[in-house]
Amino acid sequence: MSKEAILRVRGVSKSFGGVKAVDNVSFDLAKGEILGIIGPNGSGKTTLINLITGFVKKDSGEVFFKDRNISKLPPHRIADLGVTRTFQIMRPYYTLPAFKNLIVPLYSPRARRGAGGGLGDRDAVAIDLLEEVGFERDAYVPYKLASALPLGYLKRLELSRCLALKPEVVIGDEVFSGLSMSEIASMVRLMEKLQMRGITLIMVEHRLRELFLLANRVMVMNFGKKIAEGVPGEVMGSKEVREAYLGIEEG
Amino acid sequence: MSILIYGIVNSLILALFAVGFTLVYGVSRLPNFAHGALYILTGFVTWTFLNSLGLPYALSIVLSLIITASVGAVIYRLILIRVRGMEASEIIASFAIGLAIMEGLRWSGFGGGFYAVPPFIDRVVHIGGVPIDSQRLIIVGVALVVVALLWLFTHYTKMGLALRAIAQHERAAMMLGIDSDLTAIVSLALGSALAGLAAVAILPLGLITVETGYSVLVYAIAVCIIGGLGSWPGAVIGAFVLGFAQILTVRFIGPQWQMVVIFVAIIVVLLVRPSGLFGKQKELEERV
Amino acid sequence: MQLTTRRKERLDRGIKVRTSGIYGVSSLREIAYLVTPRAILIVGLLILPLVLPNMYWQRVICITGIFALLALVFDFLADYVGIISLGGALYVGVGGYVAGVCNSSLGLSPALTIPIATLAGAVICTLLLLPCLPLRGIYFAIITLMYPLVLPRIIEALGIFGGTEGMAALSTFPNIWVSQYLIIGAILVALFSLRRLVNTDMGLVLHGIKDNDQAVRASGMNITWYKARAVFIASAIGCFAGAYLTHLYGWVGMSLFGLDFSILPIAAFVLGGPGTLVGPVIGAFILTPLSEALRAFGSLRIVAYCIILVGFIVFRPEGLMKFLQRKYHQFERWGEV
Repeated sequence: MSKEAILRVRGVSKSFGGVKAVDNVSFDLAKGEILGIIGPNGSGKTTLINLITGFVKKDSGEVFFKDRNISKLPPHRIADLGVTRTFQIMRPYYTLPAFKNLIVPLYSPRARRGAGGGLGDRDAVAIDLLEEVGFERDAYVPYKLASALPLGYLKRLELSRCLALKPEVVIGDEVFSGLSMSEIASMVRLMEKLQMRGITLIMVEHRLRELFLLANRVMVMNFGKKIAEGVPGEVMGSKEVREAYLGIEEG
Repeated sequence: MSILIYGIVNSLILALFAVGFTLVYGVSRLPNFAHGALYILTGFVTWTFLNSLGLPYALSIVLSLIITASVGAVIYRLILIRVRGMEASEIIASFAIGLAIMEGLRWSGFGGGFYAVPPFIDRVVHIGGVPIDSQRLIIVGVALVVVALLWLFTHYTKMGLALRAIAQHERAAMMLGIDSDLTAIVSLALGSALAGLAAVAILPLGLITVETGYSVLVYAIAVCIIGGLGSWPGAVIGAFVLGFAQILTVRFIGPQWQMVVIFVAIIVVLLVRPSGLFGKQKELEERV
Repeated sequence: MQLTTRRKERLDRGIKVRTSGIYGVSSLREIAYLVTPRAILIVGLLILPLVLPNMYWQRVICITGIFALLALVFDFLADYVGIISLGGALYVGVGGYVAGVCNSSLGLSPALTIPIATLAGAVICTLLLLPCLPLRGIYFAIITLMYPLVLPRIIEALGIFGGTEGMAALSTFPNIWVSQYLIIGAILVALFSLRRLVNTDMGLVLHGIKDNDQAVRASGMNITWYKARAVFIASAIGCFAGAYLTHLYGWVGMSLFGLDFSILPIAAFVLGGPGTLVGPVIGAFILTPLSEALRAFGSLRIVAYCIILVGFIVFRPEGLMKFLQRKYHQFERWGEV
């Protein structure tokens, strides 16, 4: 690959008790690409995200972000450097309006640096941010209470939490799950928009059809190991991948 | 040599303090801050049976253990069951109950330092040239017996296995039909009884005072933190670490620093390895 | 057979709905609705010293003020940051001793020792509590409980700061009026400042730490640093209370680390209304005079607070203030379903 690697993962492993959740996984993430990570349930995808972003301590292995070793950094430092992630189980502040949910990330050092010192009116910035991810400003959607928002909007709110930090890498943990067909379509468009803005994405997904529309490359995991990597077409043709997915329908 | 012997005795004393607390926390994830109160409650009840009612020593002990165990179970059933799951309220509620018991005892006249229960056997024995009173040896014996019995209980009886199941994975155990509230009641009763057992074995060494209740609570928690909350081998090892640390301090620096050692040890552990030596739960990791 | 059932409904009062947002200033009646509770509080506190019959009650106000500050601090930490600090006595003890030392060894007057004790005490307390900030709530609770039990032993062991007898003959306040208004002023300042803090963006971050600290971490913020700042603010208020106590009686001793200072604020918190900031203050104003009146009963007092505390936690966890707020803002009626 001629593109430079923005994230390099080398030999990362983690065991819980006697179970190897992630087993010696290595891969490169090229700048500006969308990498999909797929695999059956329990293959270690979310744990891998936790390991990369510092939420869980690795047993072994290293992670490099732009030639900087981030293996031992705590999660807030990694986010501060520009590697962000979404959470599968979202817990927004339900009693607050949607845009207030963004105040916390906008208060972070990275967001404040990005705005050159103070951020001025955080409320206004939050609303602009939400508009970019598809909250219709004219319909006052950003002002709605988080508890009144449907799942599609909540997922986008979660993404905008990452975007508030002006990240370089966004790792999405199952952003498509639970969404209706039209919501997925608009989410796909949003992802394309993010890629066009230069953000590198890793998307951990179950919905293969939509993922293959977006992903430049795909990595398959099973039982904590990486079993395949490459362009979607070739990967799905491989024997091991078919075996791993036997019994699971392909969207 | 005497350091070795007294070190072992002290460590086992601490282990006895901690075992009840760690049982309740390990099984039901309940920090029982009334632990110290239950300890001295047993002491005072035994004293009352012995002196005011004139019952034989052995009978007093058995009765007071039963009473303490029941008190523990009742505390759970009436109060703690309603705040289960809210960590803050569990701590506050159990602490308040413990406080109510201890201060209530103080108010009933048990305040001053005039109460004591006699040792089981009043003799001095020599081991390896070191004089040691037999009560301390009895403590060692009791500690070993307790550990052995608990091991047998949790590995070979139905209830014991149920407790272990809930301790390892509450949801899974519940799916198998084990009632988590019932095990909680049992664990609290057992934990309280263990606190009481520790009391009857150890209190004969000195006087029964209400302050002891607070100290016992602190010691029990300290041992558990050092060894790792919820871990059995941890509690024992923690007790030994702390026990020897205390004895060495008393011997070489001075007796007033006893409590301080505990406290320094806790801070050191929290800084270096917060989950304790054998902690099963990594504290803030692995929650996503 | 009746197919409809009745159930109790709670609806916002008309006036509450009319006064939300900007509409609050549209008429005198509505302004009064909003302002009255706060006005009652402020005015009430300010005139309290004037209406009290005698010296005994005025002293009680001073003590009550101390507990009110501690209860406020507990509420702030517990409900707005997610930290349970079981040992209010830690702040009181540290603040009190710093003030005492400044006064006796350095000869500074209360006007100086109190601010010094507030700041220096806060630094000391924050440093002491630092190791357990990154950890789960239970560790913090245990450590805060332990410090007030251990620190007096250290003082006793080293024989410093007056050892078991404490330091006496320290300066006191010129007269009872200064004492009262100082503490009442402090309560009002602390109450309103904390309320403002909680509504700022930083307050939202702290709330985030309480609710969902992983998300706050994922947004690139160092949770420990924020918690440390919250603890600093809280311990500053607590240390102020301790320093004030020292100069109230002109004496400082190991009893400043006593259990009373830890347990009464918690009881006031539970009774008064967790999470409302003003509730615990009111709770303290109810419980402290009660406790002073019961002083004759010795330890029974503590038993009483504990029982009240447990009762409220179990049966009425919302506390007094929320109950009153509910009555004020909403009315109940039986509706048909």
